[in-house]
Amino acid sequence: MKVQSKIDSYLKRDRAWHPKALSPSYKSSIYRSPQSKLLSFPATQSEETGPVFGHDLIGKLDNNLIHNSAKQGQSAIGPRIIVFGRLIDEYKRPIPNSLIEIWQANSGGRYRHMNETYLAALDPNFSGCGRTLTDENGNYEFSTIMPGPYPWPNGPNDWRPAHIHFSIFGDAFTQRLITQMYFEGDPLIQKCPIVSTLKSTRAVERLTGFLDMTKTVPMDSLAYKFDIVIRGNQQIFFENKPEGS
Amino acid sequence: MVHIRDNFKESPSQTAGPYVHIGCTPNFTGIKDLYNSDLGSLMKFGPIKGEEITLKGTIFDGNGESLKDAMIEIWQADSAGLYNSPKEIRGQADPNFSGWGRCAVNLKTGLYNFETVKPGRVPNAEGILQAPHITVWIVARGINVGLHTRVYFSDEVKDNSSDPILTRIVESERTQTLLALKERKGLYKFDIHLQGSQETIFFDI
Ligand SMILES: [Fe+2]
Repeated sequence: MKVQSKIDSYLKRDRAWHPKALSPSYKSSIYRSPQSKLLSFPATQSEETGPVFGHDLIGKLDNNLIHNSAKQGQSAIGPRIIVFGRLIDEYKRPIPNSLIEIWQANSGGRYRHMNETYLAALDPNFSGCGRTLTDENGNYEFSTIMPGPYPWPNGPNDWRPAHIHFSIFGDAFTQRLITQMYFEGDPLIQKCPIVSTLKSTRAVERLTGFLDMTKTVPMDSLAYKFDIVIRGNQQIFFENKPEGS
Repeated sequence: MVHIRDNFKESPSQTAGPYVHIGCTPNFTGIKDLYNSDLGSLMKFGPIKGEEITLKGTIFDGNGESLKDAMIEIWQADSAGLYNSPKEIRGQADPNFSGWGRCAVNLKTGLYNFETVKPGRVPNAEGILQAPHITVWIVARGINVGLHTRVYFSDEVKDNSSDPILTRIVESERTQTLLALKERKGLYKFDIHLQGSQETIFFDI
């Protein structure tokens, strides 16, 4: 009898493509960036497995930030948008049933957080928190409002472009990723010290959500497409020799 | 070597920022109307096998200040060395133990805390048994790419001395940055230093 086995083998994270730990224009990185070289070793099961979440975890409104914190009959303030896309790996394989969490400021650029000090108003119908699982083809979708830009203490007058924070699990702990989505055409993108930790315009483009008229809902919502790629798993399949042969 | 066009390179990382809690631990932030509990706040769902332990510690920056806005996640095997994962083919992991924990550090003290179990040994790809360890991932404002490291245990002297990763660390004096110190039975302290003379060894895995 032939038995097929599979070995997981994840592509290395390309450190020349990701931001450097130390990016002095982003001041918080100065004392929070390790100085030594990272220790590299062949991944083990400890990195190639990871937590898995079931669809029973996800509530009906978890991916609808317009309504998930709104009072009955009310909704969050701001331009209504759909943010959608596909979660794939570097070999273009869709990643199904994988948890995506997002958080964002309200349409005035204000976060619902105890350390937040920006003077813009809170929206009583908006918390800025959402999550979903990708479907069997790796697709995901959120309904939300356009977050506002906001000022932040870094240089004397730094502003974040409108953005949504994304937390991605994949199916291995080694694929764990946190990143941000920016909005096509935002003039603040090129002025932002956090965006500028990215090393190329290509990298910035990869974190840009693009207006997609085919997905808009007439008289309801604009739509932005944002595909997410996580580390590729070069699964190697091989035939085991039958016992004793 | 497989060449990957830019389009299909991994999405580049960006910092989690200071408000990571809103999306990852909303209850901790006071957003209580959304999820029953914060994901990863409980790792044990019933009676579990093995030695129950508390893992606690603080993350320090290059000035020796503790981070008050960081989030830590851990991933580990159960007491028999099995992962609660569909990819686990060596056996059935303890169904009452998730193996995954998430903790926002205390906003005032910077302390993190996990109620978990001492993991068993897991073989590496060559089948060599590793010492008991916990995989750690840290994100925060100022951290551009999430940091991976491992917790080993100071009282597992014999297993540590033959661990395939610990034994290949060239700057051997830094090996101790990967050891959780046993404070008393069932309580381990693992401090993390992002910079400085005690900088923790971080992994590229
Ligand atoms: Fe933000």
